[in-house]
Amino acid sequence: MSPAARRWAFLIAGSGLVAFYLWGLTGLPGFGDYPGPYGTIINQVAVTQTKATAVVSAINFEYRGIDTVGEEFILFVAAAGVSTVLRHLRGERDRAGIDEAMGRDVPPTSDAVRMMALAFTGPTVVIGWYLASHAQTSPSGGFQGGLVLATAFILLYLAGQFLVFRRVSPVAVTDAVEAAGAGGFACIELSAVALGLPYLSNILPLGNTPGAVDSSGTIALISFFVGVEVAAAFTAIVAELLWCSAWRPR
Amino acid sequence: MTGVLAAGTPAAVPPALMDTVQVTVLILVAAGATAVVLTRQPVRQAIVLSAYGLLLALLFMVFQAPDVTLSELTVGAVALPILLLLVLAKVRKREE
Repeated sequence: MSPAARRWAFLIAGSGLVAFYLWGLTGLPGFGDYPGPYGTIINQVAVTQTKATAVVSAINFEYRGIDTVGEEFILFVAAAGVSTVLRHLRGERDRAGIDEAMGRDVPPTSDAVRMMALAFTGPTVVIGWYLASHAQTSPSGGFQGGLVLATAFILLYLAGQFLVFRRVSPVAVTDAVEAAGAGGFACIELSAVALGLPYLSNILPLGNTPGAVDSSGTIALISFFVGVEVAAAFTAIVAELLWCSAWRPR
Repeated sequence: MTGVLAAGTPAAVPPALMDTVQVTVLILVAAGATAVVLTRQPVRQAIVLSAYGLLLALLFMVFQAPDVTLSELTVGAVALPILLLLVLAKVRKREE
């Protein structure tokens, strides 16, 4: 196709898209205007029904828990896929690894970066742990908390070296923790079925005070396991990519 | 946006001020997205993308979605740029 023809094809298709888009915009509800009944109903019943003051968590881990199961296992499968493609198996030969980075020194990490990374590691762990384990209060969430925890491992990599990162997050441990997170979630789902209740029913006592540590039953527990799974899965993905790209001793 | 959502919260921000903040952040996000697209060098683009993730997180906070803010902070500002940088490091090492 000649450049002129390509330009015409783009202009015709582009103008069609713009027209369609503008037509769609005119049909939208007004800014900040919520037309549906679902959110209004949830806002009214969620806190009394689940004893979680974080309605977002209540929706994620209770009302649409089955969607969260799917999301959780997307990440689980992604981490497994990255490991399958990138991980070196025992006995597998490294292809001509000697001259790949010849004459290129690894730039030393500056003291400023190391200090900042070290200073942030502790608080990051605390925040991540809090977010993952306190799903009944807002803001929180297993997914967010897990990622914050994984960030703490990346800070350790920045503060030290790849070897330190590998030592604090050995493959066997990240794999086992990831499996424990996903398995814990699955156990909670299925234990409701074992008790003769519908799948993902909230089987634990809900507590009396909404938002208290002992409130919301399985919501907080599921969120915690999601946090564990996400932290381990993301750490595993980063570790595999680092293993491929970072300097390592020969 | 009118003050309907803010009414009833302990410290309600005046609606006019909230409108200004929201419009400002929306403009910043648009500018940030343009900056990401206009940055041509992949390594720099990953860094600009991280800054854009911060702006998006700010947007979600201003629009009263703190949980999404946390997700965007961790995924958009940290996780995605780090993955991109790692992949770039791997590709570059192979090219050398």
